[in-house]
Amino acid sequence: MMHRMFSVVIVVATIFFVCAPVFIAWAPYESTMGLVQKIFYFHVPSWAAMFVAAFVCGIASAVFLFRGRLISDRIAVASAELVVVFGLIGLVSGPLWARKAWGVWWQWDARLTMALVLWMIFIAYLLLREYGGPGSEKLAAGVALFGMANVPFVYWSVNVWRTVHPTTNVVPTLVPGMRGPLWWSLVGFLLLYVLAMMARVRLETQRAALEQIYRELDD
Amino acid sequence: MRRFFTVALLIMRKDLRVETRSRELFLTTLFFSVSTVLVFAFGFVRDGRPVENAVAGILWIAIAFAGTLALGRTFERERYHDVLRALLLAPVDRPAIYVGKLLGILALLAAVEVVIVPLVALLFQAPLFRQPILTFLLLSLGTLGFSAVGTLFGAMLVRARSRDVLLPVLLYPITIPVIIAGVRGIAVLLQPEVDVAMARAWIGMLVFFDVVFITLSLWTFEPVMTE
Amino acid sequence: MISNGTLCGLKGDVVKVTVKRLAVLCLLLSLCIGVIETSAEEVRAQSMQSSQQDEFVPIDQLDVEDQLPAAPLLVAAYAFAWFAMFVYLWSIWRRLARVERELASLANRTTGR
Repeated sequence: MMHRMFSVVIVVATIFFVCAPVFIAWAPYESTMGLVQKIFYFHVPSWAAMFVAAFVCGIASAVFLFRGRLISDRIAVASAELVVVFGLIGLVSGPLWARKAWGVWWQWDARLTMALVLWMIFIAYLLLREYGGPGSEKLAAGVALFGMANVPFVYWSVNVWRTVHPTTNVVPTLVPGMRGPLWWSLVGFLLLYVLAMMARVRLETQRAALEQIYRELDD
Repeated sequence: MRRFFTVALLIMRKDLRVETRSRELFLTTLFFSVSTVLVFAFGFVRDGRPVENAVAGILWIAIAFAGTLALGRTFERERYHDVLRALLLAPVDRPAIYVGKLLGILALLAAVEVVIVPLVALLFQAPLFRQPILTFLLLSLGTLGFSAVGTLFGAMLVRARSRDVLLPVLLYPITIPVIIAGVRGIAVLLQPEVDVAMARAWIGMLVFFDVVFITLSLWTFEPVMTE
Repeated sequence: MISNGTLCGLKGDVVKVTVKRLAVLCLLLSLCIGVIETSAEEVRAQSMQSSQQDEFVPIDQLDVEDQLPAAPLLVAAYAFAWFAMFVYLWSIWRRLARVERELASLANRTTGR
């Protein structure tokens, strides 16, 4: 069953990553930035996927903390790993765009800093789970709640504080030709997130089952 | 509600009594933050003058480092004879224990700041006391936000392995918003012309994060501390 | 909002307290948003005044930067996104394969006995 699901993941990922450049290539050139603006089509979706993952992680952690459901803990750890993966994509594609648009790789402005901090919070979450010893899932769930509290702040920071980062108004005011590829990438990234999360949750479930068998063998 | 604060004050008094008898935490933390300031003085003073805006950063880094050290030591003390577990077994509200520990940490950090802030002002010729109320608000709100998260994490890491490393690893990224607001706010106050509206905006941000952090901490303290 | 403590055992009470906590949280959050929005207004007004000495000036007007080729940057960003996702999926696959292999061997051992 797992292998069938993985074939689905691979097929979807392949379709998405093969079609995306074609769509992106079709998209019109942006007048001032030109070709490099096309990084936007996977920079924005990667951050969107990261925010969704961070929210899912925070909510799943809250459910785990207050209701004690094991499955939500597995969803939380899967989402936290994906936050780090999508965040890495965003953090690498961003500077590549900035090098051309701003002339520097990195700017210490409100939004970039907060996004980096958010990414680091989820790395800290994974570190705590890895090295915290037994019982660290609960502690990590507390950390994830604090991480989630930072998400709306990152979103607002760009509109509230003065910054060089394009504001969140950019997306609703896009020309129609740019909107299609953006939505395609956005849906693709979210689909990838869901599928990767399912696979990761499955891994965690199997691990728990293995541990259970070992414990029973010990008794 | 009254019982809640009685318990909290009782726990704070316990911590302060332990501290006034040994003075271990106060003296080590104070000396540590003074040495931090010294190290930064070597890094950020050129031709006898500190680099512009460096003073606000130096002050906050000294406070944050000292806070981390104090938090680690306070909860290490609670761990020795399983005091924290005994506290948690007591038939009182768990959040009251959190508030009590937070008040204890705040009192300790306030004592350290009473020494370190005038010292920084003196050593770097920084006009920190031109707007005493704004300075006080920025420092106290920033310290509150930092210790609110720090107390929660310090308490929950008592059970964890490699807690000495994990405390700063978790604490710094999460309290960065508070530190940014504190540093920027103090930097505004150090300008030749103080921009009061700007300072007030940073204070507003500190209030926002303090409220969010304290609410979340009170909320999560109980489930996180339940084994 | 925090008066239930550990002693509260009734489920209905727990739900009621949770709802109450949520209400308090929402109230506090909306209050905070109010505070931050008003202060943001001030900051915005400030930034209007001081936009001349803005420290974050985009430097895309520089001539040299205009000659920087965009295609390698675009390709690098795209390749990295692909690579990172691929490595992550592959790592899940590998970890899962190992766990499932171990599960299967354990199942064989327990039925063999």
